[in-house]
Amino acid sequence: MDVHDLAARLQKAVAERAAIEQLSTDVPELDLATAYAVQRVLRDQAGPLAGWKLGVTSRAKQAQVGVSSPVFGFLPATAALDLGEPLDTSTCIQPRCEPEIVFVMGRDLAGAHVTATDVLAATAGVAVGIEVLDSRYRDYRFTMADVVADNTSAGRFLVGTPVPPTGIDLRLVGVVLEKNGEVVATASGAASLGHPASAVAWMVRTMAADGDGLRAGQVVFSGGLTAAVPVGPGDVVVASIDRLGTVELGCV
Amino acid sequence: MTVIDAPAMARALYDARRTRVPIAPFTDADPTLGMAEGYAVQQELIKLLLADGDEIIGRKVGLTSKPMQKLIGVDSPDHGPVLASTVYNDGDEIPLSRFIAPKVEAEIVFVMKDRLQGPGVTVTQAHAAIAGAVAGMEIVDSRIADWRIKLADTVADLASNGALAMSSRIVPLEGLDTRLIGMTLTRNGELIDTGAGAAALGDPIAVVAWLANVLGENGVALEPGHVVMTGALHAAVPMNPGDVFRAEFDRLGPITIRVGA
Repeated sequence: MDVHDLAARLQKAVAERAAIEQLSTDVPELDLATAYAVQRVLRDQAGPLAGWKLGVTSRAKQAQVGVSSPVFGFLPATAALDLGEPLDTSTCIQPRCEPEIVFVMGRDLAGAHVTATDVLAATAGVAVGIEVLDSRYRDYRFTMADVVADNTSAGRFLVGTPVPPTGIDLRLVGVVLEKNGEVVATASGAASLGHPASAVAWMVRTMAADGDGLRAGQVVFSGGLTAAVPVGPGDVVVASIDRLGTVELGCV
Repeated sequence: MTVIDAPAMARALYDARRTRVPIAPFTDADPTLGMAEGYAVQQELIKLLLADGDEIIGRKVGLTSKPMQKLIGVDSPDHGPVLASTVYNDGDEIPLSRFIAPKVEAEIVFVMKDRLQGPGVTVTQAHAAIAGAVAGMEIVDSRIADWRIKLADTVADLASNGALAMSSRIVPLEGLDTRLIGMTLTRNGELIDTGAGAAALGDPIAVVAWLANVLGENGVALEPGHVVMTGALHAAVPMNPGDVFRAEFDRLGPITIRVGA
């Protein structure tokens, strides 16, 4: 099993905008460590890094997939959507949107013992964000190792205007996701691992094993707070988080 | 409207409430029963309960979320009375023996400041008539066996209301966006679910306007001091003896109940 070959299959799916069969069907022995190695190959070829993202952060999703910890992936700078910029769905395979709390790092943060408190202390701002997931696997069918290899389904991402985290209990902030003017899901910040900063701290501790860490200025998507909603041309998705604000994403 | 024996159906529910032995769904015997028949039975049941000395202190609104409406196959909420005998305070122990198949739902409760009567009540008018918001938990219960309810069944059965627990803290609405009030529900310290106000009809205040307009069709008003339970912000959770449920609402504070035997 060659991680470069597996990465190439995923890159081909992106280039052709055509979903592929999950890797584990062909490579049943694919484990998490190998999957992260595949992801590392993708990262090394993705250009400048904008930040990181968490996945499988809700207990419901963990139970559904049969795991007890989240996963993480990277966000290439080229995947950023700017405020007001529409999502061109013709560049995607099967886009789905979910609201997230985004951390904008004020300083570097690394280490095997980082806690939520350290994360908050190193955070310059928190913002409402929309992550556009775009699994390279047909119908989003995958194992944990599959989704890690596929950079945790990362597609595009939109970050709202950050506000200082001081005095905000991110556990309790209300989260509302609307599609075409209708409320499709609600949550509070606790939906991500009990506290979004805990999710980020878990990631920093996990990255430390490879000598990685967060850099000042990077963004971290701290985990989907609701189920992701599929989007197509003409759809408008609005994510609102109390005390953080609102972002709107139009799709063409 | 189908011709029904509403007093007899109400009596069956009344007996089920007292004996805690559930009854078969009315819609098993007559699948054509709908909302109108449900409210006719509810009216009769309320008469029986008030004759026992109970008192209506407000209203509950149910089926306020899209998923619940889809489940029951309707496109509007339903409502029932809140009875004084079913109200608990923050921290109270709630005995399971009082219910048949109870579940917990965290929701935002409003306390009315002014009288509000439809038709024609706007969300803005509803907002102006509300004294403030309170952290609440509803115990839903069904006198219909195994929660096998259709719309007529649940409406007749007081919209499946069992009890209400409320915090004592009334938070004024000024500066509050009720759509965005976040909520976390824990059971014995473990996070069960989260939600936000918008889960109830897009905005809990819209629930009050809807209710005032529906009650207004029958000349009934929301009175000052009445509470309005605006509907669950998450999927209902079954209760077991010894459980401690805590719902914490951003800006409103917490409400805790302990489940007794």
